[in-house]
Amino acid sequence: MRRLSLFNVTAVGFGLAFLYLPIAILVIYSFNASRLVTVWGGWSLRWYGALLEDRAMIDAAATSLAIAMLSAAAATVLGTLAALALARFGRFTGRTAFSGMIYAPLVMPEVITGLSLLLLFVAIDLDRGFGTVAIAHTTLTMSFVAVIVHARLVGFDRSLEEAAMDLGCPPLRTFLTVTLPLIAPAIAAGFLLAFSLSLDDLVIASFTTGPGATTLPIRIYSEVRLGVKPEINAVCTLMIAVVAVAVVAASWLTRRDRTAG
Amino acid sequence: MTIVTPPPAPASTPALARPPDMTPSSWRTRLILYVPYAWLAAFFLLPFLIVLKLSLSQTELAQPPYSPLFDLSAGFAGLKTFVTGLSLANYAALFSDPIYVLSYLKSLEIAILATAMLLLVGYPIAYGIARASARWQPILIMLVILPFWTSFLIRVYAWINILQHDGLLNRALLALGIVRAPLVWLSTDTAIYIGLVYSYLPFMVLPLYASLQTMDETLLEAAADLGCPRWKAFWSVTFPLSLPGVGAGVLLCFIPVVGEFVVPDLLGGSETMMIGQTLWTEFFANKDWPIASTIAVVLLALLVVPTLLYERLQTRQIERGG
Amino acid sequence: MAMRQGFAPRAVPGTTPLVRFDAVSKRFGAVPAVDRLSLDIYDREFFALLGPSGCGKTTLLRLLAGFEVPDDGRILLGAEDLASVPPYRRPTNMMFQSYALFPHLTVAGNIAFGLKQDGLAKAELAARVEEMLALVKLQDCATRKPHQLSGGQRQRVALARSLAKRPKVLLLDEPLAALDRKLREETQYELIELQARLGTTFVIVTHDQEEAMTVAHRIGVMDQGRLVQVAAPAQIYEQPASRWVAQFIGDVNVFEGRVVSADEAGIVVAGAGRRFRLAARDDVSPGAHVWIALRPEKIDMSAIAPIETQDNCAEGRVSEIGYLGNVSMYKVRLDDGTEIKVSVANRTSVLERAIGRDDRVWLSWTNAAGVLLTR
Repeated sequence: MRRLSLFNVTAVGFGLAFLYLPIAILVIYSFNASRLVTVWGGWSLRWYGALLEDRAMIDAAATSLAIAMLSAAAATVLGTLAALALARFGRFTGRTAFSGMIYAPLVMPEVITGLSLLLLFVAIDLDRGFGTVAIAHTTLTMSFVAVIVHARLVGFDRSLEEAAMDLGCPPLRTFLTVTLPLIAPAIAAGFLLAFSLSLDDLVIASFTTGPGATTLPIRIYSEVRLGVKPEINAVCTLMIAVVAVAVVAASWLTRRDRTAG
Repeated sequence: MTIVTPPPAPASTPALARPPDMTPSSWRTRLILYVPYAWLAAFFLLPFLIVLKLSLSQTELAQPPYSPLFDLSAGFAGLKTFVTGLSLANYAALFSDPIYVLSYLKSLEIAILATAMLLLVGYPIAYGIARASARWQPILIMLVILPFWTSFLIRVYAWINILQHDGLLNRALLALGIVRAPLVWLSTDTAIYIGLVYSYLPFMVLPLYASLQTMDETLLEAAADLGCPRWKAFWSVTFPLSLPGVGAGVLLCFIPVVGEFVVPDLLGGSETMMIGQTLWTEFFANKDWPIASTIAVVLLALLVVPTLLYERLQTRQIERGG
Repeated sequence: MAMRQGFAPRAVPGTTPLVRFDAVSKRFGAVPAVDRLSLDIYDREFFALLGPSGCGKTTLLRLLAGFEVPDDGRILLGAEDLASVPPYRRPTNMMFQSYALFPHLTVAGNIAFGLKQDGLAKAELAARVEEMLALVKLQDCATRKPHQLSGGQRQRVALARSLAKRPKVLLLDEPLAALDRKLREETQYELIELQARLGTTFVIVTHDQEEAMTVAHRIGVMDQGRLVQVAAPAQIYEQPASRWVAQFIGDVNVFEGRVVSADEAGIVVAGAGRRFRLAARDDVSPGAHVWIALRPEKIDMSAIAPIETQDNCAEGRVSEIGYLGNVSMYKVRLDDGTEIKVSVANRTSVLERAIGRDDRVWLSWTNAAGVLLTR
């Protein structure tokens, strides 16, 4: 009995409009031929063209993508292992500490995480750059992957694993041939989330980066401090497009998950 | 916090207790735990200890700008110098200087108000989605999540476009005749609130939705059958049952907002800074790493109780099956 | 429909059991789910574990499958102690209550799964899958996925998958619980036929006594982790080992009394102001405190008073009649207040019923009708 009152519909409608309007405006103005927000100069791709000539921006984008891919991959592996341990190991000594370390990064203010990681790198005399940002992002995003995969594991039908073992499949092979394919959509969703979070991160990257490893958000931020620039609209639109494609892919994956156990 | 829609309900399992299928016996199975544990201990726990140590150290004109952390080569004497070198001077400075205290208070004030606004705005949205038909719900939730998966920075930046002096908001207000002259939106606390609510809305909506969606509709039918009008049924049945979601959403927003940096920096003014900005300034502008560490430690201490609360809520929710 | 032949493996000397539980115990926390249980199951037998929820029958099954490890005792299959054998190396296969079909594999893929683990050659594997599909009559469904099948079809796939490896023992965990009554009855007979044809030992767990009585050669009745009786269905029904078993299976009237005399002519028990005569037994002596179990269908009911009162008689008034279609269950309140259940086949239409509510009736039964119970 789902009755949608007018109040419900307007609430959801306004909510979605509130969420999307600024983004829509940003996208539209990235095609504005005029430099000023006050004037609409017609449709134009000149800012995208300017982007292509902005070497610094392109380098930053490439760096961000590379870091995102690397850290998301590592975070997916680590996060899945952590989720497995939490879901299947029952009580073990240090469990509360472990789950605490998993959940804390989800809510911790990024200035604290960023600062602490930088201090670590300095203390062990590790040169800051591409690698340190990747490590930092991995540490942050593995918690998100762990939470998603853990939720999926908890709801997983264990009798499928028992059936596989009953039919002669040893535990490791059971995990690889039965469990993993069925939780794959959750792992993929975790990967995409880790990727987006890394791509998007400003604060932690600022703390842990070094010369030659400027990420796109750092670049955007330094330009934004000087005021609104149309090229920024263009680069933001491109980033939105990239993420939108990734999210649609993710939802397509999870839709096929409807038959899972 | 579930980013994706909650997993489907498990198939019927016998009422027997199902023991964990992996007892950490073989070393290979134990690796599953040890690898992430080691990583987190090294890159999450250890750094915090270093922050703590640094907050007890003095600034020095050196690279890095603080007295050495720990000199193992000096042996026991080194340990002695280490311990005597610790001082609470930074903490004293922190609590005596009004700038810092005001910054903390400002952060808490903004965080509390912003969280309240998020609850007021987010609850009707979550409720509306939870009441939608089963076909629409995943689509609507995805629409709510989508902005979250785009850049946080971008979304805050989008508001600069709108809120600036000749931006769209002023133009719309002028065109509609609501105001006679353009208002100042940027560099105000109002802008910060708008930015915070905008950025953290998915963090509030998702846990609320997850909680509301699992509610049994027949409870409302029972309430109606017993003579309870709709609005009263909401307050006596729906809202209390959604409290776990409310708790999760509130904590998920409040805790990070206290230490928020990007939103107040881009949209806010320069009168009083939030604590995230203060930390950033001390670190990058003043190069005073020990003070920055002290700020971080005190901030962490402030947030310890809510963070533990959040973790308790989450583990309980997961164990109950979400 | 296969007729149940008389089956008494113990009567054949020298038969070694296929499965032996030897003083097996299993505790969950402080609660013993299985309590020092010993049981022998023989080759080619259809054995049923029957009992109320929580009696430990599923635990016992899972112990045999290897999903639980016993705290005490041994489990032997053939001559092999299964203690060190993990579930994926036991020659048992299980049909799960929830079917547990792999949703990402087709029907053929599900059935082939166990065969793949054994490393069977491709041609042989395909042939075996075909054979299994034919066995459960699902040849057209080979390429479908589980979510595209009906409940009954899924159940057959689960059955085919569990038989594909030709296990020594097939374990069935309440396999028919999710089916409606008609389908359940049909499937029960199919299971009987299958078991007889394949000759595999079947061990079925069920809480439905009719199901156990229909399919099984022998039934093991369990209560609170212990076996209370192991026997063929007829024996359990006709000669229950205790009041508990008598009351668990079917309807029964139980009287209490003391043995007056016991000789070759029979046993006489006196209790509640009436006398019972039963068939002779040599394990009771006069003075013993006993109970008598009397099945409702074995009592004669008449509206005409007998010429003289004898033993195995009672008198009362009909208090309630339950109409069950083929049978009517009468509740008769005796003069001392005891309520007796009498079941009478509805030979004529209910409108022509001879005895109605509040009628005075006289009950009688033969010497062979009552069962003497010592506990």
